[in-house]
Amino acid sequence: MARFVAFRLCHTVLILFGVSVVAFGLIHLIPGNPLDILLPPEAPKAVVDQLRAEFGFDKPLHVQYLAWVGRVLTGNLGTSVFTGLQVTHELLSALGNTLVLAVPAALLGFTLGTTFGTVAAFNHGRPLDKVFSVIAILGLSMPHYWLGIALVIVFAVLWNALPAAGMGGTGGLPTSWEEIQHMILPVVTLSMIPMGVIGRMVRSTVLEILSHEFPTGLRAKGLRSRQIVFHVLKNAAPPALAVMGLQLGYLLGGSILVETVFNWPGSGQFMNLAIFRRDIPVLQGTVLVLASLFVVINLLVDLVQALIDPRMRR
Amino acid sequence: MTSRTIRGVLAAAFLLSLVASAPSFGQTLRIAMTAADLPTTSGIPNNGGEGYRFLGFPAFDGLIDWDFTHTDEIAGLTPGLATSWKIDDNDHTRWIFTLRDGVKFHDGTDFTADAVIWNLRRLYDEKSPQFDPAASAIVRSFVYMLDRWEQIDPRTIAIHTKTPFSFFPSMVPNILMVSPTQWEKSGRSWTEFAKQPAGTGPFRITRVAPGQFVEMTRNEAYWDKLRIPKLQKMVVIPMPEATTRLAALRSGQVDWIEVPPPDAIPSLKAAGFQISLWPYPHTWPYIFKMTEGSAFSDRRVREALNYAIDRDAIVEFLNGTAKPAYGLYPPDTPYFGAPELRYGYDPEKAKALLKAAGYGSDHPLKVKIMISTSGSGQMLPLPMNEIIQQQVRPIGFDLDFDVVEWGTMLVAKRNPPTAPAGHGVDALNNSLGFADPGVLFRYFSSTTFPPNGINWGNFNDQRVDALLSKAQETFDPAKRTEFLAQAHALVVDEAAWLFVVHDLNPRAMSAKVKGFKPAQSWYQDFTQVTVE
Repeated sequence: MARFVAFRLCHTVLILFGVSVVAFGLIHLIPGNPLDILLPPEAPKAVVDQLRAEFGFDKPLHVQYLAWVGRVLTGNLGTSVFTGLQVTHELLSALGNTLVLAVPAALLGFTLGTTFGTVAAFNHGRPLDKVFSVIAILGLSMPHYWLGIALVIVFAVLWNALPAAGMGGTGGLPTSWEEIQHMILPVVTLSMIPMGVIGRMVRSTVLEILSHEFPTGLRAKGLRSRQIVFHVLKNAAPPALAVMGLQLGYLLGGSILVETVFNWPGSGQFMNLAIFRRDIPVLQGTVLVLASLFVVINLLVDLVQALIDPRMRR
Repeated sequence: MTSRTIRGVLAAAFLLSLVASAPSFGQTLRIAMTAADLPTTSGIPNNGGEGYRFLGFPAFDGLIDWDFTHTDEIAGLTPGLATSWKIDDNDHTRWIFTLRDGVKFHDGTDFTADAVIWNLRRLYDEKSPQFDPAASAIVRSFVYMLDRWEQIDPRTIAIHTKTPFSFFPSMVPNILMVSPTQWEKSGRSWTEFAKQPAGTGPFRITRVAPGQFVEMTRNEAYWDKLRIPKLQKMVVIPMPEATTRLAALRSGQVDWIEVPPPDAIPSLKAAGFQISLWPYPHTWPYIFKMTEGSAFSDRRVREALNYAIDRDAIVEFLNGTAKPAYGLYPPDTPYFGAPELRYGYDPEKAKALLKAAGYGSDHPLKVKIMISTSGSGQMLPLPMNEIIQQQVRPIGFDLDFDVVEWGTMLVAKRNPPTAPAGHGVDALNNSLGFADPGVLFRYFSSTTFPPNGINWGNFNDQRVDALLSKAQETFDPAKRTEFLAQAHALVVDEAAWLFVVHDLNPRAMSAKVKGFKPAQSWYQDFTQVTVE
């Protein structure tokens, strides 16, 4: 196990290095720099050039990269060209807002997905299987920005039952019923994709396991169906966990589309804004942190899988 | 009746009386802006015109402010923190400002000549401790001609421009004043100051929730008694997505949205919402590249295109949220002048002009236009350009689009039209404003070719140059307007741009919002608004 962990850790470090190069380099492929966007169209070129030098955008790329990596290693992601605020601080607050949606959406999506998938598999070919499969496919393939808008029209505009947009408070964990109400529509919208993905995944894995001989053997041994389900699920868990890790990573990255529809100040919107503003420090920091989170979550999932399934450790 | 019951009844009656009288102090106006993020709250807002509209003029004043009271003409100037200003008769680069007495910043400290100078150093003196690079860049982009300043006496200061510049007073509202004491109290940090700023404006910024909203509260002690807000509070919320704004308005989450989607306007009206449409200084053009070799260096081609588009059809597509443009300025403004040509939809004339230039429907003129997917003042760039493309095809224009992201267009605009950033296009579809009388100079003088200005198309006409120089050095407003109007007439007759439409800045608000009288300006007055 220790060798496996060490191997995966080395892997992770290499990936993170690659991530840092990509995060830094990609942004320089698109035309324009933050100052072009920050300054009004009428800004004289002299003013633009002076600011370019102040922010160091006039230096060669490798010099900029090394300076950046040096700062990042000390935990400093720099300051936003646009707002002058600390990227680390801003990003953490945006990530916090995204977590407020991502964690409930993941729980809801994983629970529903696993339930639907298992029930569908155990009822293979029966109407219940058809119904749950349709739900899973809908969740998977319905554009979630469309679903978001449709939910807003029904629940906010027509029925006035739930708020249409925003967090309702000043961000972070909800502190009132009103703020919880603001969460409902985006959480439901966000949970649809993991629900669909996990649902289909669990259904096919469970079906495959059911085709093995051991469930029949367990039944012959006289185990009750609830116990058989437990054994089947334990075998279906590793691939499902891997997919859940990926899905959680996506959710943490914050869905740009859902956060835009619901005007939710999370990491997706934060990054979207930085792209439009060419806010290089914000963009680099955000891409790096989100990608690293993704990598770390997958590392954790791999380790958990290895714990559950001894075959993985080899 | 037990004493507890009596107390209960009394408490209920008290609560009821509170509810009954609530409108007098419960008035809050909630506005959804189009900006993607909150404009900065430290006195010099970013996010362009919208930033100044919501977090500039409501909370801060300049020495000179915009006058929102005459809504039937382009907003002019009105005394702000200076009661009067004049040019020094002996030195046409020296402006003298008399400061207003008895004004207090929101933190209770006095507005003084020292404060003015401290604010100027914030923006123009890189060595001052309060120098604020971001704010400085925004202000210097417009007020680049400001050179230095001096205090004459405790109530008078002089500001020098680099050259005689008669439009200077129109640039002064960009310089908003904040409290030096509050900056000291904020640990000498503009980031900290922005959390609890203090200006002198009709509203005080009372709560800043980053990324979420800014709450402003009525300043009871505002120096202009006529403009003490009727609202108790105003909350502004960034909401970049048009459909999200629409949903927020229709669900009652906000009372007012900027720029509803044009195709939602009929249904909003039907549902009892108010739609505010009013001209403001904005033009949506194609800026023609006139350097050698460009198809648009031929005046006949430029004129032909101006006769080839059906402006009324575009306005109809926009559900009436724009009006046709026949120049940079609309015909009903004093700056329009008396051009000989009036461009209407005239396909025959357009064909004849184009034929004279050597093109026709059998031998179309291929031109490439840079258009953006979105951006400040760009309206609905994709469908509007597609309409134009269809309209002019039968005439003999084959329009091809170079569709770019807004930032890419801004870069193109700062560079000469022949530079790589221009992507080799023949025209730029970039909307522009005309809020101050100096714009003609910036858009059409031969001294302002990029990178030294924003005459992107390299429009070059000695007659226009001469008139613009005269205007810049004429300090009598009426005479100056005359020169500008003559220059504008030439710009129109030379068909310097394809003049398409002026935006009418649509806003939608709930029926409860009363008393909003839109000014012909990028900025607006919120002090007279009430919410029932």
